[in-house]
Amino acid sequence: MRRAFDEDLQELQNQMLELGSMVGEALARSVDALKRQDMEASREVMRNDMKINEKRFAIEADCLRLIATQQPMARDLRSIAAVLEIITDLERCADYAAGIAKITLMIGKEPFIKPLIDIPRMLEKDLSMLDRALKAFVDRDVDAARRIAAEDDDVDALYDQINNELLAFMLQDPRTIRQATRLLWVAHNLERFADRITNICERVVFTVTGEMREMNIQEPEAEPQ
Amino acid sequence: MDKIRTEHLYFYYGRKQALWDINIAIPERRITALIGPSGCGKSTFLRCLNRMNDTIPRTRAEGRVYLDGQDIYSPDTNVVELRRRVGMVFQRPNPFPASVFDNVAFGPRVLGLYSRAELADVVEESLRSAGLWDEVKDNLRQDALSLSLGQQQRLCIARVVAVKPEVILMDEPCSALDPIATLKIEDLMRALSKEYTIVIVTHNMQQAARASDFTAFMLSDAERTGQLIEFGPTADVFTRPRDKRTEDYITGRFG
Repeated sequence: MRRAFDEDLQELQNQMLELGSMVGEALARSVDALKRQDMEASREVMRNDMKINEKRFAIEADCLRLIATQQPMARDLRSIAAVLEIITDLERCADYAAGIAKITLMIGKEPFIKPLIDIPRMLEKDLSMLDRALKAFVDRDVDAARRIAAEDDDVDALYDQINNELLAFMLQDPRTIRQATRLLWVAHNLERFADRITNICERVVFTVTGEMREMNIQEPEAEPQ
Repeated sequence: MDKIRTEHLYFYYGRKQALWDINIAIPERRITALIGPSGCGKSTFLRCLNRMNDTIPRTRAEGRVYLDGQDIYSPDTNVVELRRRVGMVFQRPNPFPASVFDNVAFGPRVLGLYSRAELADVVEESLRSAGLWDEVKDNLRQDALSLSLGQQQRLCIARVVAVKPEVILMDEPCSALDPIATLKIEDLMRALSKEYTIVIVTHNMQQAARASDFTAFMLSDAERTGQLIEFGPTADVFTRPRDKRTEDYITGRFG
């Protein structure tokens, strides 16, 4: 029953996965270009962001077409609604990659104040979370989605570490402030990327159970004294 | 508030079992849709609610059907009065071959209302609540059968409303109508639900999703004909049904 519709849903999911791999690649390239201080590669990441935006709009149009023509209900409706949300998160993830590329251009060829160690670690973690979150969606695996979302804490920890380290540099030598704040902004982009993956994990749970629930509720930070 | 409640309702056509242990509480002044594949018992169930099935020989209902807490299958029930309180609209519009006015005035006349002025008031009020007044007010003497099918169906609703029922049962009221006439009936149902409890049987799932507050899904399997599988707020049933069988049906993966 409804074979054509099932195929359409499958194709929608494939398109979403394709968008996901474009986004993962963009992030990997943006950090790689930063490490190598490769301006042309950074500009390429920024140009490529347009393609990602277009892909996202194309998938959104497909979602709307399926809603209008197939009147999906229940799990079908939830899957399509989830895809709509996930592609929005993916598109924003790509913006973080483009953001990193832009920062690389701003840093230019100026020597790094320190070797990049934790930023590549954050990248690795982000990419792994992205891949597994999309796989959890395909597998409709709620347990995996919950585990992946919990890993956002690891990314936050790396971000805090980078933050503290760069602060120390800035305190020691104010001449590092300009580059340190830029590197901090790179780390921030990588940290936000993982937050978006957490959103994707929430959509996996929603697709399977119909429950909408925030997964990583951040404790409000203590007021500065 | 529940207007109608059934407890362990079973129904039989002769020896053929048609409803299996239906327990449901139908909320007052809301629209409840009954959906399910052909032969799932939804029309049979609807017709139990005003004992319309009594008119079919060798049928038998077991269990309880309460209207405002009173069992309508108890021996002292006045069935004519029951059917006034629980009116019915059918699949094909079935106006009498008479004028628009006489169609609507029929029920009130049977109930003993003869004053021309009062009848005129009731007819106008009923036609207004059925959303038909503006289309027929200039010629209430015209033959009801000269109206379009959609108008005829609204006339039938006016005829039901004229006897001031509490519940309106609708058995696929739009299946003979075009999409525009269908949407008019759905709008009308929404307006009527402010005053009346409405129970509608529909084959059109989109209609149930659009037009009802609560949805009941019924199904038959090899052993038991006419089971109530799931009942809940329409928004929940169509976005996250609890039962896999409901899910399969509303997503079109049934059968």
